Amino acid sequence: MNEDLNMLEQTALNDYKYGFVTDIDTDIIPKGLNEAVVELISKKKNEPEWMLNWRLKAYAHWLKLEEPKWPNVKYPPINYQDIIYYAAPKKKEQLNSLNEVDPELLRTFEKLGISLNEQKRLTGVAVDVVMDSVSIATSFKEQLSEIGVIFCSISEAIQKHPDLVKKHLGSVVPMTDNYFAALNSAVFTDGSFCYIPKGVRCPMELSTYFRINAENSGQFERTLIIAEEESYVSYLEGCTAPMRDENQLHAAVVELVAMKKAEIKYSTVQNWYPGDKDGNGGIYNFVTKRGMCQGEHSKISWTQVETGSAITWKYPSVILKGDHSIGEFYSVAFTNHHQQADTGTKMIHLGKNTRSRIVSKGISAGQSQNSYRGLVRASKGATNARNYSQCDSLLLGDKCGAHTFPYIEVKNKTAIVEHEATTSKIGEDQLFYCRQRGIDAETAVAMIVNGFAKEVMNQLPMEFAIEAQKLLAISMEGSVG
Amino acid sequence: MLSIKNIHANIEGKEILKGINLEIKAGEVHAIMGPNGSGKSTLASVLAGREEYEVTEGEVTFLEKDLLELSTEDRAREGLFLAFQYPVEIPGVSTTNFIKAAVNEKRKYQGEEPLDAVAFLKIMKQKMALVEIDQSLLSRSINEGFSGGEKKRNEVFQMAMLEPKLAILDETDSGLDIDALRIVANGINKLRNENRAILLITHYQRLLDYIQPDYVHVLYNGKIVKSGTKELALELEDKGYDFITDEADLAASL
Repeated sequence: MNEDLNMLEQTALNDYKYGFVTDIDTDIIPKGLNEAVVELISKKKNEPEWMLNWRLKAYAHWLKLEEPKWPNVKYPPINYQDIIYYAAPKKKEQLNSLNEVDPELLRTFEKLGISLNEQKRLTGVAVDVVMDSVSIATSFKEQLSEIGVIFCSISEAIQKHPDLVKKHLGSVVPMTDNYFAALNSAVFTDGSFCYIPKGVRCPMELSTYFRINAENSGQFERTLIIAEEESYVSYLEGCTAPMRDENQLHAAVVELVAMKKAEIKYSTVQNWYPGDKDGNGGIYNFVTKRGMCQGEHSKISWTQVETGSAITWKYPSVILKGDHSIGEFYSVAFTNHHQQADTGTKMIHLGKNTRSRIVSKGISAGQSQNSYRGLVRASKGATNARNYSQCDSLLLGDKCGAHTFPYIEVKNKTAIVEHEATTSKIGEDQLFYCRQRGIDAETAVAMIVNGFAKEVMNQLPMEFAIEAQKLLAISMEGSVG
Repeated sequence: MLSIKNIHANIEGKEILKGINLEIKAGEVHAIMGPNGSGKSTLASVLAGREEYEVTEGEVTFLEKDLLELSTEDRAREGLFLAFQYPVEIPGVSTTNFIKAAVNEKRKYQGEEPLDAVAFLKIMKQKMALVEIDQSLLSRSINEGFSGGEKKRNEVFQMAMLEPKLAILDETDSGLDIDALRIVANGINKLRNENRAILLITHYQRLLDYIQPDYVHVLYNGKIVKSGTKELALELEDKGYDFITDEADLAASL
């Protein structure tokens, strides 16, 4: 395969080419949100009473909250009564094999180059596909279940593993956490659930493709990953969405729980429709992602490559509760045209000798605005806590913006927090140097951007790097060396 | 190979080149010397196609083509190479990958198949020996944290890899100690052949102790005011630029 991960190459230079809408018979409930809708969602999913009550509590709380106004992003007010809160592709009885999947859906995946069959055969990656809100197919389940790993949709987990869900759902991101988390808790329709039992090292990368599909349907994913003592799992999340004119709201919640000596690696490639060149359309991506290093010597790493969405509001965080636990955040955020990104992380040091590392690379092009917002907190008990943060921004052109908002709160004298930040522009000198060697400007920019992001790209698992390249390959047709 | 006729060039409205004429044939080595600010580096930039410079008059023919009509990258692909006075750092881009991209862009332009990794590494090994460059340098980000000598050696290595028809070396001797200068000059000498023309741009004569030019030109105030053989360089070393520039100033004032 290509030595360089040319994942950012579509960047300033290509238009979004995933803009096709799949015509699938969709089971939709009317627009709007009220208690009856929450009840209807729960009923459609055949949920137990405790789940319904949990949702209703979240909904009641959400009503009391106000949408956050502090992010460095601008967008017209969202009408929450103009959103469809549930859309599921109609089920054809039980799905036993891919042959039973809607052929139109399979064609969509083919267009994206992620045919399940091919993936199963070639990559050894188990894929739990979320199309709109219901899981269509889950693969490799049997192989995983032999070693006790549970990898299924959250809906299935609610039915089959209620104790685990009850125990952990909302334990890291409480339903009251923030406006969008409360909304998600009330109306989430599906998502993934992973459980890695004690001492098990998950032998394959677990992967989910998200794809927003039905017109006007907000997407409210809920993901819960639990790694028991001394276990390890690497989870991959990647997404594309079809083009449309109206803005779509996406408010996911991801919760990770790592017990003693457990490690969770969570990687994301986010490539949702960013809107057109003039800033019309595009996805609003308001996500709450948080991991809890519950046990001592546990470790959680977030790696994200964000190139899509009109607006991104996202701060994958780690609560370092266990002594000697480690939190990491590696991020590449690319914005172009009129995209706005306010993203970063929170590292909350509670335990002794906890360590965290933040590497953020923001790349801005066009008239976009790219903000890093990060909090490092060392609480009273966080003796010898260590943090290292590095935030670099690269500007392409002179109409875009890069902003850095680092917040540091240290309440323990032994804690050491380091922060480094740089802002640079792709220089005429760099471009001229490349062009004098026969490398055209477009390729040169991609090369310079890739070089800038390399430290983060290197964190992506190889399997995902290949998949991510495939996802972008469509939009990079002809331009990738 | 290269024919420059009455070239005038501006930067930000200021005229730097004021009518340059120069003919270079395959196999020849020309040296352009001159005091600071005479327009030496501007000439190199204009030939390579740096966009900040505006050519207001004159023409340049390179291998029967109108050079000024070609884009910067196409000039390179046609076989024009510029060794930079200040090679540029590109963090995160390995030297090897950078050169591989450059070599394959050129091959594509010339209708050749790109080199695969094995073939590329084989050629690289040969050329590395030629210019005495270390493998470890090539796996690092291009020019990042390189010493002055390493940067210049890397430029000559790229020249070896790209096998240009015309190589313009802009102050390649500047900032080098005597050992580094010898290594770099040896590399350039090994790349000298009957099909390749070399244009050396230098302030000092000392580079010409190592690389013997066929012709020496003195550039002053945007014009070539004197041309000769390598003896001219020795004369300059001896008498300084003044003996020529005074003469030129006098001629201009008449």
